[in-house]
Amino acid sequence: MSEEAKERVIEWVKQQKKTKHYFNDLCKALPEIKMMQAKKIINELINEGKLKYWSSGSTTMYMLPSEGDVAKEEKGMN
Amino acid sequence: MTAKHATPMLDELEKGPWPSFVTDVKRMAQKKEMCQDWLGLMEMSFRDKEGHWKHGGIVGVLGYGGGVIGRYCDRPDMFPKVAHFHTVRVNQPASKFYNTEVLRKLCDLWEARGSGLTNMHGSTGDIVLLGTTTDQLEPLFYELTHEMEMDLGGSGSNMRTPEACLGKSRCEWSCIDTQDIIYDITQEYQDALHRPMFPYKFKFKSSGCPCDCVAAIARSDCSIIGTWRDDVRIDQAAVRAYVGGEFVPHAGAQDAKREAFDIKAEVIDLCPTKCMEWDGKSLKIWDEDCTRCMHCIRVMPRALRPGLDTGATILVGAKAPILEGAQLSSVVIPFLKMEPPYTEFKGFVEKMWDLWMEEGKNRERLGEMIQRIGLREFLKACELTPDPRMVNTPRYNPYIFYDPAGVPGGWEHDGKAFRERHQA
Repeated sequence: MSEEAKERVIEWVKQQKKTKHYFNDLCKALPEIKMMQAKKIINELINEGKLKYWSSGSTTMYMLPSEGDVAKEEKGMN
Repeated sequence: MTAKHATPMLDELEKGPWPSFVTDVKRMAQKKEMCQDWLGLMEMSFRDKEGHWKHGGIVGVLGYGGGVIGRYCDRPDMFPKVAHFHTVRVNQPASKFYNTEVLRKLCDLWEARGSGLTNMHGSTGDIVLLGTTTDQLEPLFYELTHEMEMDLGGSGSNMRTPEACLGKSRCEWSCIDTQDIIYDITQEYQDALHRPMFPYKFKFKSSGCPCDCVAAIARSDCSIIGTWRDDVRIDQAAVRAYVGGEFVPHAGAQDAKREAFDIKAEVIDLCPTKCMEWDGKSLKIWDEDCTRCMHCIRVMPRALRPGLDTGATILVGAKAPILEGAQLSSVVIPFLKMEPPYTEFKGFVEKMWDLWMEEGKNRERLGEMIQRIGLREFLKACELTPDPRMVNTPRYNPYIFYDPAGVPGGWEHDGKAFRERHQA
């Protein structure tokens, strides 16, 4: 999988003010790639620990690991 | 264990004639302090008329993007045992067939790893395990998958746990093997089930016949509903036996009695397309006008049966009323044989998903997207041919929207040339 594409996604996320992003929004970093293909790239980023899931139960969003901390979340700080 | 919190308002809910969830939770509270705090928190919510749960979070199990939903209490100082109270969705066996041994094991596992409270079943049919802490999630998942050979279900922007009616296992009307279809979809689309990629949730449900016992037409983004394309099978002698009171109509349901019944009032006049006729001796059905409503078959199950050339109708777009009201599914493939390995169906699904992923807005269900872009665009993207059966009342609607690309010569209007010809 293209390392360059993965880097573009991470860079895009770092530039945003919001901390949580929809899958569709992440794909803005990869405008030339079909969504099904983009999913594989984003999955790799999840597996490598460079992105993590946030889920409300009905919708799933993505965030940088530095933004999401289970310990903080459990203390009600996130 | 004595009650940790007084619950006078919750106690009221135990006084009615119905089974009470409060009684269930109190029973579990004898063993689990978590349930004591749950009762205290609920009592406070009832008293203050305010919720105290926060939902959502980053908790989950490694490699999965669904199946666990983070839940937190916003008063952990008062109710520390429910400070985190995560929900776990477990993929139910097809048609919810399991034996008591499996249920006992699951309950033992959940009492050891969670609150012991369950919800049988969620709206996608999942076995819902209510309330555990983050540290228990991975051990629970390991035991669930390795010792019980069960898996987590879907949540978030995933394909949700597919659901089926009892199908051919228990029902003589089932036109398709719903259990096999749902098992096959579950296995084929594991990645979509566990790793989110869609704009929002996506649900498959399959019912074996148009009675639609899992309410696929109302609750699923893609409904697979069994049907037939030949004629309703009629046993004329059995029809006469119903009319003569030898057989109990409705198979005895709704307090039906063994007595002569008025076939005209009970069946013929209730046919939505008026495609039936009874001359006192035999029943005639004009099958080309039958919409498979199943009413006549339900009333006289020993006399009428679905045809033998069976398959499924594929419908898309149902949803609950969060945005713009509830929607029922619309027909997009009037008839598909639905035989393993379901290649034609999967080809359609993948085209549909490609379109929804590319065109769908965040948190937009498939049905909402079709409403926004139009059925014509949807059919074009899925390479389906428009068919009158996709239209609710085709014979009453005079408006036909042609696609300019499909009309030879098109109809582009040259306004300038028109004005030159009509100058006054």
